[in-house]
Amino acid sequence: MFESLTRQRTPREWGNFAAQAAGVVVLLVLPFLGFTKNPEGFMPILVVVACLTYALFALGLNIVVGFAGLLDLGFVAFFLFGAYVGAWLMSDFAINVKGRDDVWDVSFHLFSRSPDGTKGIHLSFWIAVIVCAIVAAIAGVIIGWPTLKLKSDYLALVTLGFGEILPEVFRNSEKFPIGNYNLTNGTKGIGIVDPIGYGFGSITTGGDGRKRYYVILLFVALFAFISIRIRDGKLGRSWMAIREDELAASLMGVPLRRAKLWSYAVGAVAGGVGGALYATTVGTVDISQFTFQVSIIVLCAVILGGMGNVWGAILGAFVMVWVSDNGLKWFGRKIDVELTKYQFALFGFTLVLMMLFRPEGLLPAARSKQVKQADRLAAQGVES
Amino acid sequence: MSNLLTASKVKVQFGGLTAVNEVDFVIPEAAIVALIGPNGAGKTTFFNVLTGLYTPTSGAVEFDGRSVVGVQPHVIAARGMARTFQNIRLFGAMTASENVMVAMHPHLKSGLFSTILRTRKQRAEEAEARATASELLDFVGIPGVEEEFAKNLPYGDQRRLEVARALALRPKLLLLDEPTAGMNPQESAAFTAFVHRVRDERGVTILLIEHDMKVVMGTAEHITVLEYGAKIAEGTAAQIQSNPRVIEAYLGKAAAGGAA
Repeated sequence: MFESLTRQRTPREWGNFAAQAAGVVVLLVLPFLGFTKNPEGFMPILVVVACLTYALFALGLNIVVGFAGLLDLGFVAFFLFGAYVGAWLMSDFAINVKGRDDVWDVSFHLFSRSPDGTKGIHLSFWIAVIVCAIVAAIAGVIIGWPTLKLKSDYLALVTLGFGEILPEVFRNSEKFPIGNYNLTNGTKGIGIVDPIGYGFGSITTGGDGRKRYYVILLFVALFAFISIRIRDGKLGRSWMAIREDELAASLMGVPLRRAKLWSYAVGAVAGGVGGALYATTVGTVDISQFTFQVSIIVLCAVILGGMGNVWGAILGAFVMVWVSDNGLKWFGRKIDVELTKYQFALFGFTLVLMMLFRPEGLLPAARSKQVKQADRLAAQGVES
Repeated sequence: MSNLLTASKVKVQFGGLTAVNEVDFVIPEAAIVALIGPNGAGKTTFFNVLTGLYTPTSGAVEFDGRSVVGVQPHVIAARGMARTFQNIRLFGAMTASENVMVAMHPHLKSGLFSTILRTRKQRAEEAEARATASELLDFVGIPGVEEEFAKNLPYGDQRRLEVARALALRPKLLLLDEPTAGMNPQESAAFTAFVHRVRDERGVTILLIEHDMKVVMGTAEHITVLEYGAKIAEGTAAQIQSNPRVIEAYLGKAAAGGAA
């Protein structure tokens, strides 16, 4: 378990280790830094929370895009599933399922802190989040299945389609065609979702942002850990082999279909868990949240951070979400220019600069760094 | 001696083009056999049929007692058929050791959860896989490159790494697609000896596609010649060398007439 702390290291590895340790310390103390208190300031607490939620998404997408090399433009779908399933399992909403004129008299409680006798389905968050993870994983497999034979642009288009279609389905499922059930409450959304009961006290939007932060951080840490473990094992090697050369991988005994579906499933779990966390901490689920922009920001976070690097995905999410949610506003106020107007122009410009000068991302994965270095030496005619 | 692989009346058509036409082909167990023929004769297509990349239009292929027609490539690989590629196809951004370990996939038992929890059993299995990978790299003659990225290895070493990776599947049959392409005569000669070592020390049956006649004549116990997708000759090296049809296919009619 602690071999990573005691192992022999080269100075370079010590540098990486120190940087990672510093990153962990920053993540741990972030909500206590002064600037998080000022809602007009550099980085208010709610922006910090949003950054961290996206960090979880980026970790999930990093598995699909970074490890297995499958370009997925529809990550929002898993966020959506997680949020809605979370809302179904942790609110009064179930009583509305039969439509406007009929009440489903249900009262199902499981380790929930909601007062006894409250209508609806009320599961403890810790149970609901597991259900959300499983549902998202299944959704990942179902969405992944038809894309198995597709590559690059075609794959991107189909996943993009799913990311666009699913929110529309949910938006229009107030009267589901089969049986007229109200599954999603349409544009009105679902609320109020129960706060997390056990372990963290009552955590809602109005409540303490710090508590929300730490509960999400718990899952980010868990998922980062899982990512690294899987990456270094048999499945991680299969993903990388598929990314490098799909045909050769299959001829070397890697079951393509199974390995790809696992990457979709594991990646989707992060989206599902993030959705459940979102539902419970914000307290409502509103269909207007689930836009294409979510998928794009998550993908940009992965690419900006450095594809295949777990730490890069987290850093990328913080940079992307901070800039788009607060950074531009904040800096614009400083220099008295309304920078938010130019958001997409600035994003585009930054993207071009990145591709020109640092295509491997801010924190490239160890292997792409070394491969690139060797390429450069080879280009200069130096034997490596 | 029984046959490890039997192909009967294999036919592959792409639209109107017949790439392989009713080819009968057997590989006896523990043999080294070669498939030769001019460019475009359908040799690689035939390889792709054996490894499951193509499904033949008609005909049957039986490997180790079971049909491989319509079976997915990774299943055929796991049954013990490994190959190398005409143009090297390594996993460039993975280390030599990782490249070899990918091909151990069918033999590693650890599941997702034991990988996440890094159970004692999973760690032992990984350590063993790593040791086997080093041993294989040693066997093919590139010891000490475990941590090098595949794409950074010199060309000859990449060819050897491909063989090491293929052997990691613990194959019964190893298919080598033009293994000495781009090698100088000394390297080719060393490779000829190496092919015999693989067969003798590992008990692996070998089928090779090769253009270098020196290599073919020096290794193969049995040779099959394809031309325009059809089998035109088969036999021992000496028989093939004096077969007028083969000389004609390679050098033209006049040469064949002169030899006759």
